[in-house]
Amino acid sequence: MSHETILTLSLIVLLLPLFNFVVLVFFGRRLPRQGDWLGTSLLFVGLALSAVILYTKLTAYHDETIQATITWVNFGNVPGFGPMKMDLGIMVDNISAIMLVVVNIVSALVHLFSIGYMQGDVRYGRYFSYLGVFTFSMLGIVLTNNFFLMYVSWELVGLSSYLLIGHWFEKKSASDAAKKAFVVNRVGDVGMFIGIMILFAQFHTFSFDAIFTGMQAGQVPFGSEPWLTAAGILIFCGAIGKSAQFPLHVWLPDAMEGPTPVSALIHAATMVAAGVYLVTRTFAMMTADALMFIAYIGAITAFISATIAIAQNDIKKVLAYSTVSQLGYMVMGLGVGAYTAGFFHLSTHAMFKAGLFLGSGSVIHAMHHALHHSHDHQTDPQDIRNMGGLWKKMPITFWTFLVYTLAICGVPFTSGFLSKDEILAGTLAYGNLTGNYFIPIIGFFVAGLTAFYMFRVVILTFFGEHKDQHRLDSIHESPHVMTIPLILFAVLSFFFFFTGNLNPISVQGWFVNAVERPVSVVPAGVAAAGKEVFEESLHHAHAPAMVLSLIVAGLGMLVAFATYYWKKINADAVAERLKPVHQFLVNKWYFDELYEFVFVQGTKGIAWAYNWFDSKVIDGIVNGVGRWTMAVTHGTKEAWEEGHAGAIAYMVVMGFISFYAGWVTGSALLPTAVGVWGMAGYGLLSLGVAGMTFFLFYVGVGGFDNKIIDGLVNFVATLAGFFGLLGRKFQTGKVQTYLAFAMFAVMVFFLWFR
Amino acid sequence: MNAFFRDVLVFLQNPGLTHFLIISALLFSMGIFAILTRRNAVMVLMGIELVLNAANINFIAFSRYTTGTFDGQVIAIFVIILAAAEAAIMLAIVLNIFQNFNTVNVDEINQLKD
Repeated sequence: MSHETILTLSLIVLLLPLFNFVVLVFFGRRLPRQGDWLGTSLLFVGLALSAVILYTKLTAYHDETIQATITWVNFGNVPGFGPMKMDLGIMVDNISAIMLVVVNIVSALVHLFSIGYMQGDVRYGRYFSYLGVFTFSMLGIVLTNNFFLMYVSWELVGLSSYLLIGHWFEKKSASDAAKKAFVVNRVGDVGMFIGIMILFAQFHTFSFDAIFTGMQAGQVPFGSEPWLTAAGILIFCGAIGKSAQFPLHVWLPDAMEGPTPVSALIHAATMVAAGVYLVTRTFAMMTADALMFIAYIGAITAFISATIAIAQNDIKKVLAYSTVSQLGYMVMGLGVGAYTAGFFHLSTHAMFKAGLFLGSGSVIHAMHHALHHSHDHQTDPQDIRNMGGLWKKMPITFWTFLVYTLAICGVPFTSGFLSKDEILAGTLAYGNLTGNYFIPIIGFFVAGLTAFYMFRVVILTFFGEHKDQHRLDSIHESPHVMTIPLILFAVLSFFFFFTGNLNPISVQGWFVNAVERPVSVVPAGVAAAGKEVFEESLHHAHAPAMVLSLIVAGLGMLVAFATYYWKKINADAVAERLKPVHQFLVNKWYFDELYEFVFVQGTKGIAWAYNWFDSKVIDGIVNGVGRWTMAVTHGTKEAWEEGHAGAIAYMVVMGFISFYAGWVTGSALLPTAVGVWGMAGYGLLSLGVAGMTFFLFYVGVGGFDNKIIDGLVNFVATLAGFFGLLGRKFQTGKVQTYLAFAMFAVMVFFLWFR
Repeated sequence: MNAFFRDVLVFLQNPGLTHFLIISALLFSMGIFAILTRRNAVMVLMGIELVLNAANINFIAFSRYTTGTFDGQVIAIFVIILAAAEAAIMLAIVLNIFQNFNTVNVDEINQLKD
């Protein structure tokens, strides 16, 4: 299989979901079952093709990067900038091939699950078309080889997220959540755009390869390394927004308003992973400072969200915060330099987090049916305090959910154990290298918290006693379309698929061999610890990290069981004792309230200020001009006589202006005033002009028209009348007088014109 | 004084062109006076006749004393004929005026004014 074949296949994989979207948008209504089978089958075809691509890539072209680029537009020589052209292209290297498979698996299985979950939904067909456009955009992010296409796909993914979160837009909370997701994403995207533009301004290209080559040759943005760090951090801003890192994590829990399969696809496995993917793509250009920033943000995010998760009662909210926490893990892993570990965790997390969400979807679906059956519309089907004892009634859901939980807690034999372990080892290595143990401490603490809150959910949902026996009776297992994806994800959460190595606690295998940390192209002075140095330290940190992680995970599970299963610790009492802390956690660290106060009220305040300026000042000026025009037209005579202060002031000013006008006229017309008479004439002329100007203002333009122009006309008419009256005297009516006049005229002619 | 009277006598005893011209001028003025001042329309007509006759005298005098031909006399005959025709028409107009206005006082026939 040649390069071209691989590229063509990846293009097909990219375009299949787009085709699905277009068909469903235009013909969805007419297709049987509104076309859900079309989307699902196309996705499975895409999945098969991606598997083929991955296999071929890893066997035949293991260390190559296969790219194809076309020139989209060539601006030629731009003045002041130099040659500028924009290339677009796709690249298939190991991480994009792996991501192709990950995205397609999750998307295909979510499509399958949605057939059962969204049955009877009011906008069934549109839902599947939006899933299609999302998958297309996500694959766009994965396959692109330049920043421009990545930004375009980035925005498209944000759009699809908005559309899907707001699927039930009649509910105000859902449409609000969709808006919040999009706006918060956008904030991150602004930073990313600035970062991309910094790179473009320096390297005149968007292509990753070209930029990295330029950097390796020594070029840095604007010739200074701080700018390179800035560019790296700004591009990471996009990941902060998209992957819900602190401080832009607030949209992800609200995004749970969307249907659960959407949460599984977008907000667990793929879209939020896009940010992490971006960091892996741009890893080579990150300086040590940028990487440290990334690591800290990741650690802080992981910590904050894990603490919030332990106090939440809605099953989807717990999973949402768990996602934020695990994303923080991935970002932290990448930040400390554990590139392979971060990407590994991304892939494994996609599987078991999607499974967790689909499992919770299965539970919610069952609870919905049971509540509907008993005509109960008050109880929240998503609240874990309303659940319990479900393991007997929903065995498949329970056992798969348990597998996912074990994976996320990092229990051996699961894939999650391997990836989490790698990250923790990476943080320990970082700590050993830099002496900064803040990050590893956070990492291990969060691992313990993760185990605690996940098992809390499992115990409260599946074990224990259900409050309402009647309701419990009407709960039953979900249909096959929904349980098959659960089983598949559970299978994929085992370690074997990611290593191909029979040792359950060894990470060595095809995955880590395929995903190697790229060599940094950053100038040596600001680069982080080199690959070899880091891997050396990693090697030594492996064993202690594994032991520590097992200990903290075990502790977390123990506490969870003790509190909720064996009931040795009373959770409510603890919450009472630590009421301020508990409230702080339940209210999500009051982030939403803070943002509301600072940004929302702040924006409203600025808007109010602008509105005031516009209506009072701008409109005041406009109205004032109108009133001034009217005053000038009507003449200020009446106002002057009435004593209006404004009019008098106006006339004073006009007086000065008139005097000045007269002076100017005088000096212009008599530049060489000679002698006294010259001066007198000069003065007289000035006063004359001044008087006239003043008179004009006094009378006003309207007055000018009324009194002077009309006066002239009337005067002419009066004159004509006078002469006419004079002439009338000749008209006596007597013939003899006329004859006499004629005679007189003849004599005058005779005598004068001889 | 004596010279003057002697000249006057010579003038008076030797009639020439000038004497006739003086006569016609006098007649002409009297005719104009009559046109412009008489109130009766028929009197105005008489004034017109006087003017015409003055012109006649002028023509004949010039024809006798300047050219020896009879052009002036012939023109005078034409004028007399024309005067007669004109008098007839004028009297007809005056008759009509009398029938309209019941007066022949030209001062009272002033309806052409304003």
